[in-house]
Amino acid sequence: MNDLNPAGWRPAMSADQGDSAAVTTFTGNRALHLEEPLLFEIGAADRCGVDFDEAPDLPDTLGAFRRKARLDLPGLSEPEAVRHYTRLSRQNYAIDLGLFPLGSCTMKHNPRLDEKVARMPGFADVHPLQPQQTVQGALKVINELAHWLIKLTGMHGVAMTPKAGAHGELCGLLCIRAALEARGDAREVILVPESAHGTNPATAAFAGYRVENIPATEDGRVDVAALTARLGPDVAGVMITNPNTCGLFERELKTIADAVHAAGGYVYCDGANFNAIVGRVRPGDLGVDAMHINLHKTFSTPHGGGGPGSGPVVLSEALAPYGPLPFTARQPDGSVRLVEEEDAPGIHPEGFGRMCAFHGQMGMFTRALAYILSHGADGLRQVSGDAVLNANYVLRRLEDVLEAPFGAAGPCMHEALFSDDGFAEGFSTLDLAKGLIDEGFHPMTVYFPLVVHGAMLVEPTETESKAGLDQFIGAMRSLAERAREGDPLLKSAPHLAPRRRLDETLAARKPKLVWKD
Amino acid sequence: MPRYFTQDHEWIDVDGSDATVGITDYAQSQLGDITFVELPAAGSAVAKGDSASVVDSVKAASDVYAPVSGTVSEANAALEDEPELVNTAAESDGWLWRMTLSDAAELEGLMDEAAYKTYVEGL
Repeated sequence: MNDLNPAGWRPAMSADQGDSAAVTTFTGNRALHLEEPLLFEIGAADRCGVDFDEAPDLPDTLGAFRRKARLDLPGLSEPEAVRHYTRLSRQNYAIDLGLFPLGSCTMKHNPRLDEKVARMPGFADVHPLQPQQTVQGALKVINELAHWLIKLTGMHGVAMTPKAGAHGELCGLLCIRAALEARGDAREVILVPESAHGTNPATAAFAGYRVENIPATEDGRVDVAALTARLGPDVAGVMITNPNTCGLFERELKTIADAVHAAGGYVYCDGANFNAIVGRVRPGDLGVDAMHINLHKTFSTPHGGGGPGSGPVVLSEALAPYGPLPFTARQPDGSVRLVEEEDAPGIHPEGFGRMCAFHGQMGMFTRALAYILSHGADGLRQVSGDAVLNANYVLRRLEDVLEAPFGAAGPCMHEALFSDDGFAEGFSTLDLAKGLIDEGFHPMTVYFPLVVHGAMLVEPTETESKAGLDQFIGAMRSLAERAREGDPLLKSAPHLAPRRRLDETLAARKPKLVWKD
Repeated sequence: MPRYFTQDHEWIDVDGSDATVGITDYAQSQLGDITFVELPAAGSAVAKGDSASVVDSVKAASDVYAPVSGTVSEANAALEDEPELVNTAAESDGWLWRMTLSDAAELEGLMDEAAYKTYVEGL
């Protein structure tokens, strides 16, 4: 399987010159594996990395608020600070280094074109309080992105301001609450199936609703009979993740939506997995009333690198009047303006309020629009097609060595789900995940969704090549076999990482939150 | 002192109108290493089926439901420093809370030890 580098360097090409594990170094470094102390341990508080002029003798106006104790910040020079973070970054795994199979929160390639666009000064160096006529380009980007999100989802309106997926969920539920209150209908319950994202019940509770769970069927989908039986005048709506956390398409969503609407409720769809269906299914056609789109997932943008998220919410005709301010509107002269509270009474009188101070996450908007326009309609169709194809390739290539609980239910969507069934006594999903670190991969999502024992959720994403997938599959097959045979070396993995297996339980039970007592 | 079990893997020891509640050994083995237990306050009223406590493990945070209705009389303070007691002694020293029952008839739907054993084997 390891045929990716047929002509290049291989470990076997080094002459055997003794046991490298026995070599110790003065620094603790192992060649390019560099040990790195904490920032506070490098820079002493009593020195300063920069030469400042002597402070002028200014009158002290702080009075009792004057700081009494030393601040004790480490004093570092610029190269010391740069080296510290560069060394730390070298111990990190990143999407730019290899496949990141972390299902349920895609770490997919961010096209460099999108990065280039986001860095253009007209987008990157603007301020939200600038006069609107000086940021027309940025406002047009928001307006055009809003247009395409509505088009791609078959919905009626969109709230662009929410800053992440869960923020979008809250926005959607506040729209549902506003719509119900507008018709004087106080409802208390939100139904959440077991196959939904974990944030859904938290959002419903935060929005003031009581959460009731709906079980999943044997094949990993919402139990439609149980859901429709629970509908009634107290149910404000349902929150359904589609495709769901088992990596399956909820085929009965239209039937569910019709039943919910007939009972006077609304349908919230968690669109975190929209990347599996973009260009192929329009949630608006399935009866969805509100759905957030993780721009930082479906439409690139570097969430995986710790960048900010962005979770616009598309809204049905029934909910659009209740969406938050501000939003962009094209004027008769072709310019775009932000509709704020002072404009709202004549245009958008029923909006529930605001989700955040300004217009949303500009850097994510530029990347997402660049992604949509550079792919085009055919390209976006291929994105979802390739994402699903790659996940099914992983599923079918591994199902003879790993139990795939829903493998018989047909093709999966963008993520393949496995369980720890068949592992040797005492061996767990955690051991396989730690072994994957030795193989040079970031582990997949483990122990989620909860409905599967020892769950392993693999999301390969559309940009992985067959060769790249084959290498990952080879590593997974090897690890699965070791877990089935009970290889004691797997139980103590990782062996080759900068640190061995850490005591996660102790870290959670007795966390050390300060670097020094 | 009779002990009853729920389908959600709680156990309840009943002594007259007083009861002690915990999670079963099977439950702790499924949860993995427990890192924190959020306990109900003494004096709080719980209804059968309410989430009365949350058990955090390295894998997940799980609700513990009140097997019957009543009033919490005491929470197991030892779990604040030693949540691992739920792992090592789930059905004894790792109890979660004590309560006073408000309706002993609610015990009727619960399983006895033999029925729970059969139930777990079927999972």
